[in-house]
Amino acid sequence: MKGMAKYILHRLVLLIPVVIGVSFLIFFIVNLAPGNPAQMIAGAEASMEDIQRIEEELGLNKNIFVRYFEFMRDFILHGDLGTSYYSDKAVVTAYFERFPATLRLAASFIIVAVALSLPLGILAAVKQYSIIDRLSSFVALIAVSMPNFWLGILLILLFSEKLGWLPSGGDKYWYSIILPALTIGLQMMALMTRMTRSSMLEVIRQDYVNTARAKGLSEKIVILKHALRNALIPIITSAGSLFVDCVGGSVVTETIFSWPGVGKLLVDSISKRDLPMVIGFVTITTIVITICNLGIDIIYALVDPRIRSQYASGK
Amino acid sequence: MSTNSKPQVGKKRSRAAETWRRLKKNRNAMIGLSLIIIIIVVALAAPLFIDYETQVINQNIAERLQGPSLKHLFGTDNLGRDIFFRILYGARISLLIGAVSCLICCTTGVALGAIAGFFGGKVDDIIMRCFDILLAIPSTLMAIILVAAFGTSLFNIILAVGIPTLPQYVRIARASVLTIKQQEYVEAARAIGATNFQIIRTHILPNCLAPVLVQATLRVATVIADAAALAFLGLGIPEPTPEWGGMLSAGRAFLRDYPHTVLFPGLAIMITILALNLLGDGLRDALDPKLKK
Amino acid sequence: MSEKIVEIKDLYVDYETDDGIVHAVNGMNLSLEKGKSLGLVGETGAGKTTTALSIMRLIPDPPGVIKKGSIMVDGKDILSMSIKEIRALRGKYVSMIFQDPMTSLNPAITVGEQIAEVLREHDRKMSKSESMKRAEEMLRTVGIAEDRIHDYAHQFSGGMRQRVVIAIALACNPQLLIADEPTTALDVTIQAQILETMKELRKKFGTSLIMITHDLGIVAEICDEVSVVYGGRVVEHGTLEDVFNNTKHPYTEGLFNSLPNINNRTAMLRPIPGLMLDPTEDPPGCPFAPRCAYATSECEKSKPPLITFSDTHYVECHRYKEPDFKLQGRD
Repeated sequence: MKGMAKYILHRLVLLIPVVIGVSFLIFFIVNLAPGNPAQMIAGAEASMEDIQRIEEELGLNKNIFVRYFEFMRDFILHGDLGTSYYSDKAVVTAYFERFPATLRLAASFIIVAVALSLPLGILAAVKQYSIIDRLSSFVALIAVSMPNFWLGILLILLFSEKLGWLPSGGDKYWYSIILPALTIGLQMMALMTRMTRSSMLEVIRQDYVNTARAKGLSEKIVILKHALRNALIPIITSAGSLFVDCVGGSVVTETIFSWPGVGKLLVDSISKRDLPMVIGFVTITTIVITICNLGIDIIYALVDPRIRSQYASGK
Repeated sequence: MSTNSKPQVGKKRSRAAETWRRLKKNRNAMIGLSLIIIIIVVALAAPLFIDYETQVINQNIAERLQGPSLKHLFGTDNLGRDIFFRILYGARISLLIGAVSCLICCTTGVALGAIAGFFGGKVDDIIMRCFDILLAIPSTLMAIILVAAFGTSLFNIILAVGIPTLPQYVRIARASVLTIKQQEYVEAARAIGATNFQIIRTHILPNCLAPVLVQATLRVATVIADAAALAFLGLGIPEPTPEWGGMLSAGRAFLRDYPHTVLFPGLAIMITILALNLLGDGLRDALDPKLKK
Repeated sequence: MSEKIVEIKDLYVDYETDDGIVHAVNGMNLSLEKGKSLGLVGETGAGKTTTALSIMRLIPDPPGVIKKGSIMVDGKDILSMSIKEIRALRGKYVSMIFQDPMTSLNPAITVGEQIAEVLREHDRKMSKSESMKRAEEMLRTVGIAEDRIHDYAHQFSGGMRQRVVIAIALACNPQLLIADEPTTALDVTIQAQILETMKELRKKFGTSLIMITHDLGIVAEICDEVSVVYGGRVVEHGTLEDVFNNTKHPYTEGLFNSLPNINNRTAMLRPIPGLMLDPTEDPPGCPFAPRCAYATSECEKSKPPLITFSDTHYVECHRYKEPDFKLQGRD
């Protein structure tokens, strides 16, 4: 396992230039944008002096490179990503206050997606061209083509407005999470079902599946023990990039459902021109996503013995 | 993603014909293609029979929020405007964004990828590093930030939704180049004095054509979806221009009693994306038959 | 007369594909006595593998369909058995080795488990640890160190992987082993080792063997009898002696002639002209006629009859109706 630890360390180290790059990019984009944040904070009626005073307070009158340097210095040395222009709260604090809600949402939609897509995908592959296969392909295609905010709105229309079963927003009840999780989860499921199906189809055709049958094993064991284990490998790989896209989609979903998570925070901050929040948000999110990708790679290594050997030998 | 197909030079015509033949056999792909053609025709023809001023922009409070009827096929929105005509006009915008964005990003991405793969070394490292950074940010997020920063002009939106799609093209082009570079006929070409540019143009580009085409078709769908998402969040082209996502956003407030304001724009988006997905999948199958069955 | 371990009569197997119906097996007859080994010889696509898969009912359905015929293994009627009964046979009474050792082993499961699994399947009372112990023994039997029991397929070389495959196949001591070109994917030196191992194991366990191959050298090494297959049927059958030294069928002669002659290095190679019969076609006459140097017009018009030369040796050929017909002989 020593090779594994080395690999993880190596990946974490690689994280640093990516984070620097991302924060650099976002910092400059956001700060070079037209629109003066000081003016927005001061309000429409403020005088020139007021605006200038706010600018000084927030350090907006300094050179941009100086500001970037100070930003990075604070981040690396103190883990401090600045303070919101509006609330005196540290960016990091504000972010992690809202983080659990988003985490719960993410966990929910992943569970929905995986729990539904795996059996469907396997069934579709095993019974290729059957009704189940065609139907699930069709439904998957429709689900993927729907804009995710439309799906959310339709779900609200059905379950909230017309049927009145579920709330259309907020996080008050334990069942408030159902609609938002379904919105993202159904689309992720659609994509994963397709992936599972094609991966299984590839694997079923392999010689070793026939070898397993030739041993007299039941079809169930052949599919679940011999085929699935190998099919999971490419599925897990794709699941990673799928997850990243879904995180992007969750921003919109949180907005629709007024879900008190990180995504909604971003959208609010953007409209208020709360620069530190925006920059900090993207930076932290990038770190989180990259760590998640690392986690997926580790799972991948655990599942595929060929990769495991590579690490054991310290590659 | 591996480009398994044998490199072909100069056989482009028969290969294209062969691909078309295979594509024709795929019923889903043909449905997709037909839908796209219909949408394009509608979009182009819209100004011919719809007067922009009176029918799309003009508010008519007296007729607001009417359900679908013979006079207004898809009903009217909260400002009394005919939804059907707005959707038809909206097609122009969405298609424009999709097509231009993909065109720009496709060519830029492929060019960068080809350069990265071809010259290798430091150039390759730098380019790939930049795109790794880009990849670390989810596409919707990136688009939101870009538009929020630089404003909601049409050109900005086109770039904002397009930039996140660049890394895919770069990757495909680079992988193609790396595969082809090893082949012997590149050495042969060099031996007879071809310049780098000629080699790239004649040998390498035709071979990435296939996966790039598939990617482009599918990306148009993503781009249209992202553009709609931006509009939905209020970061799209400002009113009164009819943009599908914006129409959805406006209709949301009236969801309970007037769902048609939300239903039809969403359907328009969905059908367009569906058609593109069908076509893209069909292209993928037609271009590499080994993947089928 | 000793018992037959397998007897196939008049077997017809089709594959129904989008591009047409492929007649893979067209009236195959095959029989083997217990303890003996049969070489099934022919070019790729002749129907050998399909026949073998039929014995274990491993033909994928769809698109494969067993149209008619009968298959008996140790007196049991294979085609009328339920799938459960067939599974009880697979691995325990009849085992199969596939061609490519690189792909026949599951990359995600240890080799030990792959062997132990077949043991436990056919003896439900066996515990996991006991099955692993027996797996270790099997590894030793095929010449692999026992401590490799927790290794994965990718950690072995091609020859060793094939040994693992053999270990799996013989774990339950089956009465019949079907080997489908087991050495084709291996180096020649490894090939010899594997054949040696197979011969030893056969002697030790008394397993009957059907060896599918296109390599006559292998047939000479390990087989007692030979069936030459063309166009989904057996065109010549006999003991090793019969077929090698007393070749009767023009196709068999052609096979021998297309081998380079080590004694006459400068002689030209004589490949059999033409291409394999297209399996979607069903010609009225002898399937080999278009390529046969001895063909007459009758050969193309009607199916050749069965002509017996002895208890063990028969051919399907029109020309042998003439009393004096002889092949021109091999170089």
